[in-house]
Amino acid sequence: MKDVTEKKTTGELTRRSLLKGSAAVAGAAVGSSLVSGFPTVWAQNIKNVTLRQFGTGVSNLNEVAAKVKEDLGFTLEMTALDSDSVTQRAATQPKSFDIADIEYWICKKVWGAGNLQAMDTSKIKNYDKIVGIFRSGKLTPESTIAQGTAPHSVGFTDGPNGKSFASEETGWMTLIPTIYNADTLGIRPDLIGRPIESWTELLNPEFKGKASILDISSIGIMDAAMVCEAMGEVQYGDKGNMTKEEIDKTMAIFTEAKKAGQFRAFWKSFDESVNLMASGEVVIQSMWSPAITAVRSKGIPCVYQPLKEGYRSWGGGIGLSANLSGLELDAAYEYINWYLDGWVGGFLMRQGYYSAVPETSKNYMSEDEWGFWFEGKEAKGDITNPFGQVMEKAGAVRDGGSFYDRMGAVACWNAVMDENKYMVRKWNEFIAA
Amino acid sequence: MQSQQPAKNLNSGQSFSWLLVSPTILILAFFLVLPLLTIAIVSFWDYNEWNFFPAFIFDNYVYLLESPVTWATYLKTLKFTVLTWFFCTIIGFTVAFFLAFHVRSLTWQIALFLACTIPFWTSNIIRMISWIPFLGRNGIANSSLISLGVIDEPLEWLLFSDFAVVLAFVHLYTLFMVVPVFNTMMRIDKTLIEAARDAGASGFQILTNIIIPLSRPGLMIGSIFVVTLVMGDFITVRFMSGGQSASVGRVISNEIALLQYPAAAASAVILLITVLIMIAIMLRFVDIRKEL
Repeated sequence: MKDVTEKKTTGELTRRSLLKGSAAVAGAAVGSSLVSGFPTVWAQNIKNVTLRQFGTGVSNLNEVAAKVKEDLGFTLEMTALDSDSVTQRAATQPKSFDIADIEYWICKKVWGAGNLQAMDTSKIKNYDKIVGIFRSGKLTPESTIAQGTAPHSVGFTDGPNGKSFASEETGWMTLIPTIYNADTLGIRPDLIGRPIESWTELLNPEFKGKASILDISSIGIMDAAMVCEAMGEVQYGDKGNMTKEEIDKTMAIFTEAKKAGQFRAFWKSFDESVNLMASGEVVIQSMWSPAITAVRSKGIPCVYQPLKEGYRSWGGGIGLSANLSGLELDAAYEYINWYLDGWVGGFLMRQGYYSAVPETSKNYMSEDEWGFWFEGKEAKGDITNPFGQVMEKAGAVRDGGSFYDRMGAVACWNAVMDENKYMVRKWNEFIAA
Repeated sequence: MQSQQPAKNLNSGQSFSWLLVSPTILILAFFLVLPLLTIAIVSFWDYNEWNFFPAFIFDNYVYLLESPVTWATYLKTLKFTVLTWFFCTIIGFTVAFFLAFHVRSLTWQIALFLACTIPFWTSNIIRMISWIPFLGRNGIANSSLISLGVIDEPLEWLLFSDFAVVLAFVHLYTLFMVVPVFNTMMRIDKTLIEAARDAGASGFQILTNIIIPLSRPGLMIGSIFVVTLVMGDFITVRFMSGGQSASVGRVISNEIALLQYPAAAASAVILLITVLIMIAIMLRFVDIRKEL
């Protein structure tokens, strides 16, 4: 045991030395039972480990921490923050966390700060089952890769100490994908009363004073771009990496709409978007999937409207702090393996997100739930979320259909642009206009 | 140094007074001067996506002073400040006047004064947010006006507008005007008012010739509170304007959120200078030290 720990703390950790170390320990522990592949000695010590995880509210759920304690024995402390604070912490406070639950575009921003360490995919049991989006970038072999910061493009680095991103699978991952979804506009069908089919509707004067967009520049600009492209006003080379001219044109259109009173409000947090929609202040806006659920659970009709131009998608994953080593690092790998093992996946998928390894999540979902959430089939009975609330009645079909329909229609990923600084300034001008 | 006993006494007396003020000096140095210096220094640094590092560049200031956004936000912030100050002064003065001159018994004065502070037992975020359901499109204000037949369509400008921002500010900060004005009014010698009345002054003349001039220090202290609070605000403007209005404080908070610390520091320095100038101008009108 001592031998192993020492090897790890030298920082010269190679797979070989680790394997040798593990083999030695395993040898010493012959005859004792193995817990999830690790010798008992470790499994007992691991109970004293506490890992501090932070991330956005979507996946930082106390239920997950409780289940970790139950299944793995160690303690996981969760802190939920908004996207901006998450970025800030990942970039500036490396000592404050062990596990960063961040989005891929945030990873692109903060990886260079060197606060995260690359992960050895050979230690990830279900690595081969992770969906293609996060490995080759393709959902199915025929898919084309959407614009923006596609997760696979910032998902790999050259080696254990890699500082730059690799263009293909290298065996060293920056983030282990955990959760993702395809975002679109949310609408109040009862207050609109007609079908909505295109992103252009966000700026339709019909909804003057009743529209909203989110005020997180890197995501808001993408929604804005989806709208401008759908209107035919701006043609983009890559919506996820706009030129200054494209940014100017996009913001000009939105500034004009803002001055004309198109927007009721801008929202920054999940709760704000829920309140705007539920109170009827807004009838069409950028929205996130669980916010739709929250509005619906109040008995108010709200649809996550699939649009013909496609979805704006996002993905999140778990990154390990560069400070993690020894037993804590082993615990973190165990946690990752457990994360991909299905329980969390099922938990998240029953809220409308997707899991990185859907096939393991299937084991933790009923056939009806799997059919509704993943396959886009009609619900046979009531669909409840993991907290026991009824989300959909029997006969309902998921907005947008099956996993392949939705994730196959992604037009762009949340992104950080080369002209990020310029874009942020323009966005601030838009807000101040 | 001169000689003999007195000088020595003076000396030890001096060092004793230095000793007495040293805690204050230390606290101010550590918690006020040092942070301000840090901000001033960082405002010349450079930054990238995830980090900021020592440099000596003027870019942060150049961008700030050249950007039309800065001018627009300052104009907007000043507009909020002037409006809020105006309404806070009118309301604050009236309330203080009523408490000081119309309520005769000290017990009632204290009781009513405490009643003014009751809303302040809750957090100001809660007081602010509670306006949102009240003013909303389907909120209490609109639905009662519609049911009374005053309006047919809900008033859109009640919420997420400059009106809402100023309303919330006035609600939040009027007490900061009431307290100092009430305090100075209580010190006004009542015989002055009686003398004026005996000399044939009308109520209005008493107000303009005696009460207002003698309440000036209180008005000025209240104004300084209100102006500095509104100039530095970022959360009220965001919530009440539905994120659609900018203020200087919001710009700074956005820059911090985007990890642009040097830019935020530069904005903070400019804001500090602006507010200091405003206070200096206000103090030209009243010598607070002399009048307190």
